[in-house]
Amino acid sequence: MADLTESTSADSRTPILELDGIGVWLSGREILHDVKFEVRPGELVGLIGSNGAGKTTIFRVILGLLTPSSGRVLIVGGPRPRRNRSVGYVPQKIALDPDMPLRSRDLVALGLDGHKLGVSLPSRRRREMVDEMLHAVDAMPFANARVGSLSGGEQQRVMIAHALISRPKLLLLDEPLANLDLRSEQEVVELLAEIAKEHGVAVLISAHDLNPVLPVVDRVVYVAHGHVASGTTDEVVTTDVLSQLYGHNVDVIRLHGRILVVAGPSPRADPALMEQLGRLSNPVDDTVAV
Amino acid sequence: MGGFWSHVVEPGFFQSQTVQVALLVGGVVAAISAVVGVLTVLRGQSFAGHALGDISATGGSGAFLLSINPLFGFLGMGLAAAGCMEAIGVRRVRGRDVATGIVLGAALGVAALFLYFDTTFHSTSGAAITVLFGSLFVVSSSTVPAIIACASGALVVVLVLYRPLLLSSVGDDVAAARGVPVRVIGGLFILTMAVTVALSAITIGAILSTALLIGPAATALRMTRRPVTATATAVAIGVAATWVGCLLAYDSFYWPPVNHGWPVSFCIVALVFVFYLAVDLVRSFRLRRTNLPADKSNGAVVRAHPLDTLSTGIEAASASGSE
Repeated sequence: MADLTESTSADSRTPILELDGIGVWLSGREILHDVKFEVRPGELVGLIGSNGAGKTTIFRVILGLLTPSSGRVLIVGGPRPRRNRSVGYVPQKIALDPDMPLRSRDLVALGLDGHKLGVSLPSRRRREMVDEMLHAVDAMPFANARVGSLSGGEQQRVMIAHALISRPKLLLLDEPLANLDLRSEQEVVELLAEIAKEHGVAVLISAHDLNPVLPVVDRVVYVAHGHVASGTTDEVVTTDVLSQLYGHNVDVIRLHGRILVVAGPSPRADPALMEQLGRLSNPVDDTVAV
Repeated sequence: MGGFWSHVVEPGFFQSQTVQVALLVGGVVAAISAVVGVLTVLRGQSFAGHALGDISATGGSGAFLLSINPLFGFLGMGLAAAGCMEAIGVRRVRGRDVATGIVLGAALGVAALFLYFDTTFHSTSGAAITVLFGSLFVVSSSTVPAIIACASGALVVVLVLYRPLLLSSVGDDVAAARGVPVRVIGGLFILTMAVTVALSAITIGAILSTALLIGPAATALRMTRRPVTATATAVAIGVAATWVGCLLAYDSFYWPPVNHGWPVSFCIVALVFVFYLAVDLVRSFRLRRTNLPADKSNGAVVRAHPLDTLSTGIEAASASGSE
């Protein structure tokens, strides 16, 4: 695989990304409360939470698209510069129709110079860098296909190449596994682990399901109702921590290496009803984040 | 052959000053419309482009009322509307459509009023036809420098902002993450679109300006996979349709009804549409042929063909099914 990063001279203990007491208020509602976590070089961290928990807001804050009401974001130990090429971003979906004339290699090249003014002139070096990156993410077979016509997993690879070609120190992926079939899911997860481990890139991925990323994440940041808990999976994904995070009784069940998080009985509920629910022993409807 | 060509190009075509102005203005406007049009389609702003054309009719009819050059009416109203749309519109695509619709409705109401005044008080009964459907043959040669200046300005903006515009067509968040000031870029683009549409409105009429903006671009997008070649193809199609349209309109003087030429705008728009249909037919024919063996093989072979197959649902289903 091609070398994806410049030799990182930075101390490996310096966090690449550091969120410190981030609070966000939007139209009178508190969206994030005292969000605090960090990602170090070579680490793959999962930002886990159900839809609406605040994952996307956290991403927008990190990308500088949203100014937090309180707290600060540090990237490589400093404030985020206005034009920061040290962060690569892969959105959940891209807005291109199947017959739009933009090839995979065009999109990857835009990762290199898409922010620059003027028209790019053909350059051998640029072409080689694009080829190298397409190779690295195993996207060569569809390098000349229109991006809009590719499958979800293929688009994901092309977008990862787009984000990585500027050699960022931090890679952010918003729900990279959503809309992927099981095989593509596995391949993307392995690719991300490789990028983090072999090339020292700090990778932060958001997911609503913990299990597909469980084998590869070093740590998790669990988000619920705008509050977060971070640490290793064993530290965070426990009945005590998650119950406190949700403000509701939550059961964490470990089963064949998978983790199920299900709503526990509510103390406020009608005891007779709870008894009935307990007898049904079917937690599907009460699942809060699996 | 000489006899044949003298029927295709009727005598006096290239000598007529009206035709010379028409060919120059038509060529320049078709070219810039195609360049801006490709980006408009890529960015999913076709509706805004069409709306700007309709809205500029208000400016054109206002210009008739004030007896000023209609180009400045088209331009002024188009730019004002683009500014309004940008100011009202939130950044989401859906919000953009709503903002476009509101401004469009309001402007067309004013256009109705202006055209009414034009016909009642100015006894310029041709105003409505000229504003809405235009005629390349009535563009005065004194307007030519202004048209070329506007087109050059629009071209410079598009060339300078080309890469950020392309990147934000993939997604505003993707571009913003790369440090592109998407709001500023988007605002400049919609203003450029307004200028282009104003030029196109004076060429083939406010209502028909969409045809020159979107038509050649949409045809080119079906023929190529690269943004640069798509732009070049669109320019070629647009300019060819405009020039041949001029020729047909000139020749039509000898067609029935004899001694009444057909509207040049109709000829141009008809050619743009015919060309689109032809390309679409050829494309779907070739797709059908190439997909016969592909059905028996795996999806990779389907994808390896230069023509992407996913735009037709059946082929897409069979390709993903065999993967």
